Amino acid sequence: MINYLLKRLAYILVALFVIVTITFFLMRIAPGSPFASEKNFPPEITAQLNAQYGLDNPWYVQYKDYLVQTAKLDFGQSMKYKDRSTNDMISESFPVSLTLGIEAMLLAVGLGVLIGVVSALYHNKFPDYLATTIAVLGISVPSFILAGLLQYFIGLKLHWLPIGGWDGFKYSILPALAIAFTHMGFIAKLTRSSMLEQNHSEYVKMARAKGLGKWTTVFKHTLRNALLPVVTYLGPLTAGVVTGSFIVEQIFAIPGLGKYFVTSITNRDYTVIMGTTVFYSIILLFAVLLVDILYSVIDPRIKFKGAKKS
Amino acid sequence: MKKKTVLLALISIVMLVLAACGFGGKKEEGTKDSGKGKDSKQDLNLVIPSEPPSLNPQLATDSTSGAVLRSVFEGLTRVDKDGKVQPAVAEKIDVSDDKKTYTFHLRDSKWSNGDAVTAKDFKYAWEFALNPKNASEYASILYSIKGAEAFNLGKGKVEDVGIEVKDDKTLVVTLENPTPYFTEITAFYTAMPVNEKVATENKKWSAEGGEGYVSNGPFTLSDWKHSASLTLKKNDSYWDKEAVSLNNVNIKMVESEATANRMFKNNEIDFLGSPFQTVPLDAIDGYKKDKSLNIEDYAAIYEYKMNTTGEFTKNVNIRKALALSIDRQGLIDNVVKGEQTPALGMVPTAIAGFEDDRGYITDNNLDEAKKALAKGMEELGIKDAKDVKINISINTSEAHAAIAQYIQEGWTKNLGITTKIDNSEWQVFLDKMSSLDYTVGRMGWIADYNDAYTFLERYDSAKNGNNDTGWENKEYTDLMKKAVKETDEAKREKLLKDGEKILMTEFPVAPVYFYTNLWVEKDYVKNMAPTSLGEISLKDVKIEK
Repeated sequence: MINYLLKRLAYILVALFVIVTITFFLMRIAPGSPFASEKNFPPEITAQLNAQYGLDNPWYVQYKDYLVQTAKLDFGQSMKYKDRSTNDMISESFPVSLTLGIEAMLLAVGLGVLIGVVSALYHNKFPDYLATTIAVLGISVPSFILAGLLQYFIGLKLHWLPIGGWDGFKYSILPALAIAFTHMGFIAKLTRSSMLEQNHSEYVKMARAKGLGKWTTVFKHTLRNALLPVVTYLGPLTAGVVTGSFIVEQIFAIPGLGKYFVTSITNRDYTVIMGTTVFYSIILLFAVLLVDILYSVIDPRIKFKGAKKS
Repeated sequence: MKKKTVLLALISIVMLVLAACGFGGKKEEGTKDSGKGKDSKQDLNLVIPSEPPSLNPQLATDSTSGAVLRSVFEGLTRVDKDGKVQPAVAEKIDVSDDKKTYTFHLRDSKWSNGDAVTAKDFKYAWEFALNPKNASEYASILYSIKGAEAFNLGKGKVEDVGIEVKDDKTLVVTLENPTPYFTEITAFYTAMPVNEKVATENKKWSAEGGEGYVSNGPFTLSDWKHSASLTLKKNDSYWDKEAVSLNNVNIKMVESEATANRMFKNNEIDFLGSPFQTVPLDAIDGYKKDKSLNIEDYAAIYEYKMNTTGEFTKNVNIRKALALSIDRQGLIDNVVKGEQTPALGMVPTAIAGFEDDRGYITDNNLDEAKKALAKGMEELGIKDAKDVKINISINTSEAHAAIAQYIQEGWTKNLGITTKIDNSEWQVFLDKMSSLDYTVGRMGWIADYNDAYTFLERYDSAKNGNNDTGWENKEYTDLMKKAVKETDEAKREKLLKDGEKILMTEFPVAPVYFYTNLWVEKDYVKNMAPTSLGEISLKDVKIEK
């Protein structure tokens, strides 16, 4: 297992290097400068700004600087938010996105699996149709529409929950729902189809024949095997959800990380682009690794490659 | 067994992560209760569209940061709610006969940490802005000070800048030229003082709110949650604190206009309108219907610049045809809807002395436009109007696109020329404009000080960074130079109007409309109307519940 982990870590480093390189060059090919502004200032000041951020160096020096910075995980000052460092921006906004993301994940996985199981157990009966409708709605209604609707009806018309901001638990409920709904629908469909597959297998029939209850069979036997595709989906989902959603954060005015991915690019805020990209990649790569480890916990038939020899 | 330990480890990791989570704001609950004292009525709730890029007065460049800085800092002068310049930190201002030397006598006032505000703090702040090392993007607003431009461009020395501290309470400023609007510039945020001791001890003093953010204005920045909210509290060491009614100003950062509008309807905020977010376009009709929408003239212009080096737009008659055949009133009534004024000159009607139409052109004058087009085509040797190809460059935005489409339709229908809309994102668009890689491009210009010169000065040479048209005219340049030296108000205004007239016969730019400021407020909010420069002085705001 150690061997396997070391090997995976090496892959992660290589992947990061490739990501940093591609990001750096794409960033430089994109037209536009971080310091262009509506009210022009003298070229001398632009030159001064370029020097301050090292943008007057030849590209290979800049590339080297970025690599060194990334290796040290210190991404430098933001070019748009003058007094802020990229690291501060990430470390302040990530916990917010993480909290919201975990809440959304719990909702998505909890409700998704529940709906999936119910619809598989009552295959082609009313609960199945109802659950499938909910799941399909969840997949097809985009989060920004749902966010707007939730805000309008639950916030403005019913006054149950605040419309926007980030000031305590109740502020997180609507955005978490908006993020969770799509993923919930997807997880429900995944669970349903793989549950149906398992339901026809012999070990389930055997368990039922032994007289085990419907739900006991589900939790003791079927679900364990049926969840594999869901777990696969969990890796990228985690990375996507905990790093924040631009659109939901914008609509609910949440000070999360998601908006920096987008605004840093439109601002050509090079340091923040690099910082957020590397940060997101690290989370994604580790989430995928974690999922691979989870596999072996859930399904003993799957073994680590490195572990075989030992 | 092994599996269980892995599972346990995973669960404990998840628990740890959950424990580390924060929903924010919880720590504040204690202070919130104490804030509910007798005067909690005097709390104002606002939203701004984004995190202020910088709350260092000398480094800020945008209206969001400006709105906050105007409330927490105070310059030598202050622009009140009616747009009038009032003495602020300076008690008395002596102006020499040649109007080139200003002597500011400072009153006894204090920083929020108890230090006295001295003339040295002003000198420090202004020299910080002008020092090329600090790359202040707004330093040029101080160029009217003698030697300031040279120092800022790295061609002069700091000793030659005309800022002199006579004693702690006297600041003598020597100007390059008589500048009638100089007392407005001293109210601008770039010219606000900074506590020298605090700023030299901690270079990042303006990065966070709280005690370390030392200011001298009517409010202090008591809390700054990045990307989330700002809290301003009444400043007890402010010299004129009796005049300040508000105790707390809570400002949330809400990027979405629709969300801000819902928060206003839900009574979560008390005011909606620039610079505290904007009334969304699709909500304007609703507010007009229930008569709650306020409209005020705004010293700003929406304009279509023309590249005078372009294949077709190099011809003055083609430019004239384009400028004359814009149906401005139709555009305002059907597309932008904010009761803006059609721009038939280059200086907005909100600027003193320019309230009346100067009669340069008439709106949507198709006959003249067609004549000009025919003449222009003849000069360029073009037979078919279809061969005149005009690209309208805009930055990506629904509002700009709608305006461009309206104008495009008018040009295609009435002139028969071929037009295309070319949009690009903001940073790319700005690059295209300044490198003259466009035919016709939209721009906006908002006055920094209430004077026609801020609008006209941009075209004084092709090299001017805000010109963006490649246009240059010797007569115009001379007029601007004379206007700068002129000490007689009436003569100066005449010179500026003569300049405007040249712009309106050569058309390096087609004015489209003069902005208005739209806002809605709860009826208990008093004195919050923005000035013609779109500034709001929170010092004067009162809540009458």
